[in-house]
Amino acid sequence: MNNAASITVLIALVGGALRVSTPFMFVALGECLTEKAGRVNLGQEGTLVLGAMTAYAISYQTGSPWLGVLGAGCAGSVLGAMHGYICKLPRVNDIAVGIAMMLFGTGVAFFFGKPYIQPSAPQLGSFSLGAWTHNKDIATALQINPLLLVGIAVAVVMAWAFANTKWGLIVRMTGDSAASARAMGVSIDLVRFVATTVGAFLAGIGGAFLSLYYPGAWNQGLSSGQGLMAVALVIFARWSPIRCVLAALLFGAAGAIGPSLQSVGITQGYYFFNAAPYILTLFIMIASAGSARAARDVPGELSITK
Amino acid sequence: MADIAQPLPITVTSGRWNDLSIRIRRSAEYVVIPLFAIAISGIVFSLLLLSLGKSPLDFFWLIERGGFGTAFSIENTLQTSSPLILTALCVALPARIGLVIIGGEGALVLGGFASAAIAIPLVDGHTPVLLTLSIMALAGVIVGGIWIGIVGYLRYARGVNETISSLLMTYIGIATMNFFVEGALRDLTNPNKPSTKPIGDAYMIGNIPGTEVHWGFAVGIALAIVLSILLSRTTFGFAVRVSGGNPRAALAQGLPVGKLIVICCAIAGACAGLAGFFQVAEIQGRANASLAAGYGYTGILIAFLARHSPVAVIPIAILFGGIVASGGLIERRMGLPDATVLVLQGLTFVILLMSETLYGRFKIFQVGQSTDRT
Repeated sequence: MNNAASITVLIALVGGALRVSTPFMFVALGECLTEKAGRVNLGQEGTLVLGAMTAYAISYQTGSPWLGVLGAGCAGSVLGAMHGYICKLPRVNDIAVGIAMMLFGTGVAFFFGKPYIQPSAPQLGSFSLGAWTHNKDIATALQINPLLLVGIAVAVVMAWAFANTKWGLIVRMTGDSAASARAMGVSIDLVRFVATTVGAFLAGIGGAFLSLYYPGAWNQGLSSGQGLMAVALVIFARWSPIRCVLAALLFGAAGAIGPSLQSVGITQGYYFFNAAPYILTLFIMIASAGSARAARDVPGELSITK
Repeated sequence: MADIAQPLPITVTSGRWNDLSIRIRRSAEYVVIPLFAIAISGIVFSLLLLSLGKSPLDFFWLIERGGFGTAFSIENTLQTSSPLILTALCVALPARIGLVIIGGEGALVLGGFASAAIAIPLVDGHTPVLLTLSIMALAGVIVGGIWIGIVGYLRYARGVNETISSLLMTYIGIATMNFFVEGALRDLTNPNKPSTKPIGDAYMIGNIPGTEVHWGFAVGIALAIVLSILLSRTTFGFAVRVSGGNPRAALAQGLPVGKLIVICCAIAGACAGLAGFFQVAEIQGRANASLAAGYGYTGILIAFLARHSPVAVIPIAILFGGIVASGGLIERRMGLPDATVLVLQGLTFVILLMSETLYGRFKIFQVGQSTDRT
């Protein structure tokens, strides 16, 4: 690969990171909140897909993509509320419920989404940070969707709230020690219910980004595991919202490897590079699972790391 | 647990019949509650259909017609249920040692692909059919076993969450198959769908004599029974159940928990890999994207409904085999999208898990022992 080609690939990777990372970011932030409260929602994959379908359908019906984003969040929070409610029943395992919600969410999305595979819905706009350059590639790579900035803002607010507010303290306490929360008179079920619902709201918005911006269409293979990868990413980010954003950017870049190599004519191993984000996730899980730092930062009540 | 029931007085029992009736009443709980969950899912799903202006009666009638009504449809159902039995075993066995593995789909796809790939030089017309099929089956079993075995190893050695890693491995597995099927091993004479070279009719497995049912069904049932015996009647099975019940106690007893986990996962993956082999050698004749038909995911639901008992997997797999097999008919006749069966499955799964909370709440099942189980 010559110099020019590697620069093209590099630009494409940066562009990919900025473009592809947003859904990871939203799902990871939502899951971060849920897990901070001590519960795992593996159903985020289903939430993401249902969010994508809802956003596309609403945008198509009303002509307003932002209404679609809102609808996606609401659809997601319905799934989250279901998860939150079922998990509070005694003897019910949150991991298993997550798997069921994953299948249920994708099933419902495919069921109601069938009529929307063909038509094209109004898309979310974007603005460019690349006005300073004459290089077309760079300008394209620096096209930013407002949702990316929203995601970063949510992460900052969340990090601040965890550290500095009463609500943040309640969420962290519920996640670290149910016994302490109970002693403080906090309703564990309520906190986890709200955390799961809000978390799924965010994941739903991530889905809206998929169908309304990039790739920007609704079909059944749209997510293919991104929600699940984002859940794994939270472990890697050690339950810090800010690190969730950074990890999402890394994942975005990994997801862009395949398409960007293809753009310079390297088509061999396309499927292999498509698998890159999954392989990266797996290696990251292997690396972070046994680490002492992860063991220190993990919310004490979490069932995923036990 | 919030719902600790008052311990019932321990009934004094005498005689085998009395003992047996108590055992039946106690285990009836594990039959009645899942059936109750299935019934509730049917009702909720009917309400959904009604709200869409479709008739639930039509729906269930079509499942009966398409899945169980005629000799042809029953054979079709048994056909469909054979990969479901095997993928459900892929979930049920690790579950007994405390692992939630949901990557059966990946092991099925790779197992099927491996058996199709290894067959390419063998299906020349000279190699004996039985030898070729044995090698193919072995390839599927080994690849599937290694695939899920890795998940078990990562779980034990590194503490990597097996649920997430197994599903990630599924995506990697499907991508790996696509990589070869669209590249090095692509059959260039078939322009329609990227596939491996067909193994040819001469090397396909036939039906069980006198039926239209493939051998995979019989093998699935035999494996389920063997695994059931393995779990309930052998030292290995006992060690697995102890490790699943309380890993720390098992370690304290000197049981090789890590080894047991990896072995369980490898057997589980081998089952799913075998399902892939049968899909290739009985139905498709080649490996392509159709291998990822979602059997692995339906298998998860079946295993949970069966409460991870290998024998109970069989009837439930047949039930869902019927539902999946009648899916096409339902879609055509009722104008419903092809995800209808997915919705029914997801709904059943969710309601089934909700019903977990009912165990130990009905006094009718609580005889002959105190009820403070966890």
